[in-house]
Amino acid sequence: MSRSAPGSVTSRDDASVREAMLAAVPSLRAFAISLSANVDRADDLVQETLLRAWANLDSFEPGTNMSAWLFTILRNLFRSEYRKRRREVPDSDGAYADSMKTQPEQASRVEFEEFREALNKLPADQREALVLVGASGFSYEEAAEICGCAVGTIKSRVNRARTRLAELLAIESIEDLGPDRELRAVFSGGGN
Amino acid sequence: MKERKSLRPESAVQVRSSSARPDPALNREIQTKIGQQLRAIYDDVVDQGVPDRFAELLRNLDSQAARAKIADKDAGE
Repeated sequence: MSRSAPGSVTSRDDASVREAMLAAVPSLRAFAISLSANVDRADDLVQETLLRAWANLDSFEPGTNMSAWLFTILRNLFRSEYRKRRREVPDSDGAYADSMKTQPEQASRVEFEEFREALNKLPADQREALVLVGASGFSYEEAAEICGCAVGTIKSRVNRARTRLAELLAIESIEDLGPDRELRAVFSGGGN
Repeated sequence: MKERKSLRPESAVQVRSSSARPDPALNREIQTKIGQQLRAIYDDVVDQGVPDRFAELLRNLDSQAARAKIADKDAGE
């Protein structure tokens, strides 16, 4: 169910904690990038999260999901930083795609950038809910715990995020209709 | 001259309304695509694995015994 969860950690001994943290790093990075839209900032967030977690290991309950615990710490760190710094300057167009392991084809690259742009237009609370449920593989209940809100709130944020994304992407695909100039003219309100 | 019904305004209205409120089939298609693209972006980062800086960071974390000692010392001051 939770694709990213490395499973529950049954004790607080150094070796198993280190192992669980290491296993969580890739998905923590993916979540951090989706929050901050900036790869360098995201990696700093992950580092702060690991240090904070290690220093506060006493508050981790053995037997529970360490991945969810780490996500909670990262999300709270981001939120408190966010209040101070406002939103980080997003990576410039294409910079993110350039950093990708699998380079998208030209056509899907355009689509990818459009999608990322649309995602970044969502309010932060909707975006994090959508990513936790739709990509990280957390249940609604786990996502609610990570975000410190009710399950119903997560559900409605995810729904609003999906609706808004669909609207944004539908508008873009209409703009991309291309050769049908008459139709484009209708949409731009012009007569040529 | 034969009366010619212009199709243009009508088709424009159709497209316009579908962009404001996509029909259920189109909506499903878009939602499937949104799910795929979201996971593609996410999984690309996940597939990058653990960058060296984090593996090193975790290796270098003090043992808990050492931390406990520091904590005790802090508490004693």
